[in-house]
Amino acid sequence: MAVVFERPKTLIKKPFTYCPGCHHGLAQRIIAEVIDELGIENKTIGVGPVGCSVYIYQFLDTDFVMGAHGRAPAIATGIKRTQPDKIVFSYQGDGDIAAIGTAEILHAANRGELISSFFINNAVFGMTGGQMAPTTILKQKTTTSPKGREPKSHGFPLQLCEVLSACQGSAYLSRVALTNPKLINQAKRSIKKALLTQIEGRGFSLVEILSPCPTNWGMSPQEAVDWLEKEMIPYYPLGEIAVKEGILHA
Amino acid sequence: MKQKETMRLPSGRVIIDQEFCKGCSLCIRICPREVLGLSNRFNSVGYYPAVVESAEKCNGCGFCAQVCPEVAISVYRG
Ligand SMILES: Cc1ncc(C[n+]2csc(CCOP(=O)(O)OP(=O)(O)O)c2C)c(N)n1
Ligand code: SF4
Ligand SMILES: [Mg+2]
Repeated sequence: MAVVFERPKTLIKKPFTYCPGCHHGLAQRIIAEVIDELGIENKTIGVGPVGCSVYIYQFLDTDFVMGAHGRAPAIATGIKRTQPDKIVFSYQGDGDIAAIGTAEILHAANRGELISSFFINNAVFGMTGGQMAPTTILKQKTTTSPKGREPKSHGFPLQLCEVLSACQGSAYLSRVALTNPKLINQAKRSIKKALLTQIEGRGFSLVEILSPCPTNWGMSPQEAVDWLEKEMIPYYPLGEIAVKEGILHA
Repeated sequence: MKQKETMRLPSGRVIIDQEFCKGCSLCIRICPREVLGLSNRFNSVGYYPAVVESAEKCNGCGFCAQVCPEVAISVYRG
């Protein structure tokens, strides 16, 4: 029988430690598939963050460095600049990349750093118990916005891709979701384009992956996927936000 | 006879690792042919994993494996 689907080589064979229905594992599988397809497993270095995302180092069969909260893009910059032949990516949650680490990601993008960032936006601080994040959408209830986020006291949800699109060094920015096979295929294409942007030396690349956190959203995995499609995607529209051809630093 | 042969739908084979599955049911939600269901026996972690209930209905589209956050599913077609 022909193989329709099998586990990618770069994904270590052990059960994920994520909650049922969490898309961290799904995102990591897709990254592993792209690494396999590009044949770069022996020269890829990942930089992990703080948050549930951090466990990626247990599951991807590449080298890894763990950073302090939000600092992964700065660490990735150092690695890439000292080892330019390596493929370097950061894998960060929204609390990590869009709150405490805003400065690091903004300046890495603005410098056109030759790194790729994969950003898991689940609209909460997942690991610490579902507090409001800069990305929490309006009216969304979290442990620190029990009546729902309202802009007067909590501000507006941060659309990081749109913010980074103002940076001259951003060569490829895309937002994806993983709730059905069609979106998963689009996400995989985006992740591949991001890594190719780096390999071709074109500039900074980032893929934002909308992801459910059923545990902290207080939903079943199925409800969480439905809520993501109905409530999150309208505020965080999917698609490519910036695609620049050519070499930015040339 | 020949025509019948070419009209035969491909058949699929789904294998679900009972220890990797956490019973999130996203595979059941996405399967267009209602092949999958939940087991009534729990695995060693305590989850009720997904199982193949109607193997004969499967055409091997692979949607279940595509959306599985645990990468617990392999799919073959022939
Ligand atoms: C300097 C510092 N401040 C705060 C924390 C506590 N902390 C751990 S995880 C986390 C939030 C992570 O949220 P996110 O990046 O969205 O990841 P998720 O768990 O949602 O995937 C925080 C604030 C920490 N570890 N270090
Ligand atoms: S707390 Fe949320 S982000 Fe963390 S593993 Fe569970 S579902 Fe995933
Ligand atoms: Mg988060």
